[in-house]
Amino acid sequence: MSAALRALPAAPLLLLAGRAQAAETLGQLERQPTNWTAITMFLVFVGLTLLITYWAAKRTRTAKDFYAAGGNITGFQNGVAIAGDYMSAASFLGISALVYASGFDGLIYSIGFLVGWPIIMFLMAEKLRNLGKYTFADVVSYRLSATPMKILSATGTLVVVAFYLIAQMVGAGQLIKLLFGLDYTIAVVLVGVLMILYVTFGGMLATTWVQIIKAGLLLGGASLIAFLVLMQFGFNPVSLFAKAVEVHPSHQAIMAPGALVKDPVSAISLGLALMFGTAGLPHILMRFFTVHDAKEARKSVFWATVFIGYFYILTFIIGFGAIVLVSTNPVFLDAKGVLLGGANMAAVHLANAVGGNLLLGFISAVAFATILAVVSGLTLAGASAVSHDLYAGVFRHGRVNERDELRISKMATVALGIVAIVLGILFEKQNIAFMVGLAFAIAASANFPVLFLSMYWKGLTTRGACIGGWLGLFSATILTILSPSIWTAVMGLANPPFAYNAPALFSMPLAFLGCWIFSLLDHSASAKAEEGKFEAQYFRSQTGIGAEGAATH
Amino acid sequence: MDTNMMDAQLVGRIRNSATFQELEAKRNGFSWLLTFIMLAIYFAFIFSVAFAPGAMSQRIGDSVVTLGFPFGIGVIVAAIALTGIYVWRANTVFDAMTRKIAGSVQ
Repeated sequence: MSAALRALPAAPLLLLAGRAQAAETLGQLERQPTNWTAITMFLVFVGLTLLITYWAAKRTRTAKDFYAAGGNITGFQNGVAIAGDYMSAASFLGISALVYASGFDGLIYSIGFLVGWPIIMFLMAEKLRNLGKYTFADVVSYRLSATPMKILSATGTLVVVAFYLIAQMVGAGQLIKLLFGLDYTIAVVLVGVLMILYVTFGGMLATTWVQIIKAGLLLGGASLIAFLVLMQFGFNPVSLFAKAVEVHPSHQAIMAPGALVKDPVSAISLGLALMFGTAGLPHILMRFFTVHDAKEARKSVFWATVFIGYFYILTFIIGFGAIVLVSTNPVFLDAKGVLLGGANMAAVHLANAVGGNLLLGFISAVAFATILAVVSGLTLAGASAVSHDLYAGVFRHGRVNERDELRISKMATVALGIVAIVLGILFEKQNIAFMVGLAFAIAASANFPVLFLSMYWKGLTTRGACIGGWLGLFSATILTILSPSIWTAVMGLANPPFAYNAPALFSMPLAFLGCWIFSLLDHSASAKAEEGKFEAQYFRSQTGIGAEGAATH
Repeated sequence: MDTNMMDAQLVGRIRNSATFQELEAKRNGFSWLLTFIMLAIYFAFIFSVAFAPGAMSQRIGDSVVTLGFPFGIGVIVAAIALTGIYVWRANTVFDAMTRKIAGSVQ
């Protein structure tokens, strides 16, 4: 990663985007000696989660149990689980590493990730819950034609899940090799098998609890590190910052914006992708159907925002703590003064510096648990798109019994798990730093515009939504291929045709424009009928009367 | 879906009721207001960082801490506070109105 860090000024956002998300993607990390403390703690976590899966399996009988944990998750629990989905190992290790390397810039990045949540709260959460059943495709096909809308949404889901999942699997392999000293392939297979077990047998209920436990461990571990760091500075963050400025080679520059200044267009484009992409991530949207009603849905977003915001403040303290306590300690550096194991190890070494081998083992185990939980959530979202949207919705036109649908969803889970393992192994040595950025861009450019307009704009027709949605999906993908993040970094070509690393500034408006123009031009009879159904949809979205699982008296 | 609720006449009647229209106006206005505030705060931050880095790098007094810090932390706090305000208002005002509408459906 040090090579990438040196390249920061040249292509800041590519790296910001890639880095923080994929601790993981960072090249070939050295294999470390087998860490038995970490392995023991991780085995305890796996044992506990398998027990939960066994417990959840006995409670997972219907489709509603499998996709939505029976709708019985409370707002607080769901908020913690959402925070867990969002706080990947990448954001923990990557953002603290970003702060470690360049200080203030790390904060800019994490703020982008956080601000999507209030928007979801104000515009989406309650309406989603009121209109949907198991997936966001249910919402967009509420009044629009089911087949084309479900194909579009399921594709949007699967593409986002695929890129996110590959990044996580490769990251898992790298990280586990690094932290536990296990072979890359064994690590990837282990993650894949555990995730298949959780999701196939325990469905959403097991996935949610794995996520909750992991979020608790991650928040607890990060809080402890931050506490131990601050304790050394008399709980005065200003003295911590002063010391960091003193010892960091860039001195006062780490307290000011750096890389972002050089390419404001990419910065704003990335900001848009993070903000609105969050509102289009299928595994996050799915979580809103696990709670009882709109009231619990909004509680979930509140708790998620609280925990995610708190978490980013912790990573900021951890990054600065690492500047002071890790970068100055030769134990953690190689001969050239670079962090052992790469830049993403800042938080892990800091755990060792403030808490010794025990805390190091704990944080390593938590990082592994985090990946496991995130890939389970992604796999469940992907499997639901296959079984609920494509099989039940498109192939069987909704005429399917629950047992068949459940069987397909379990088969889809196993298939996705195997695909994820294979791709994880194939992509081991590839540069995949662009993948999570692309996943967010597609979520913001394909899923979000269609979902948003379907709930808010009476005039949206199936034709308009399809053209706009596909336009967003393809433009985000093509612009990313033409941008430095793939054109130069992956394909090794000079002069990328598209100069900006984040496409959302262009692809998102294009999607909205496509939806708008082609809906206006659509004078078909079906368009008229769809407009006519808006009133009833609007009424239900506002009141929750008639909503799935809601108490209608 | 509960087809009983999809009775167009019933929907139309409630849709035109004073309570529904009051809920609609209040909640939509409030949601968009908060959305606008959040976007304004976030983009003010991003634009300051991108186009006025000098101002953001100003140190506060003689400490090493720059203006960018309270601004950045402020955005995080604002995000949490705004979602909290929405939940509070929804719990106290909008839910009661929704219950009233649901009651009229029976």
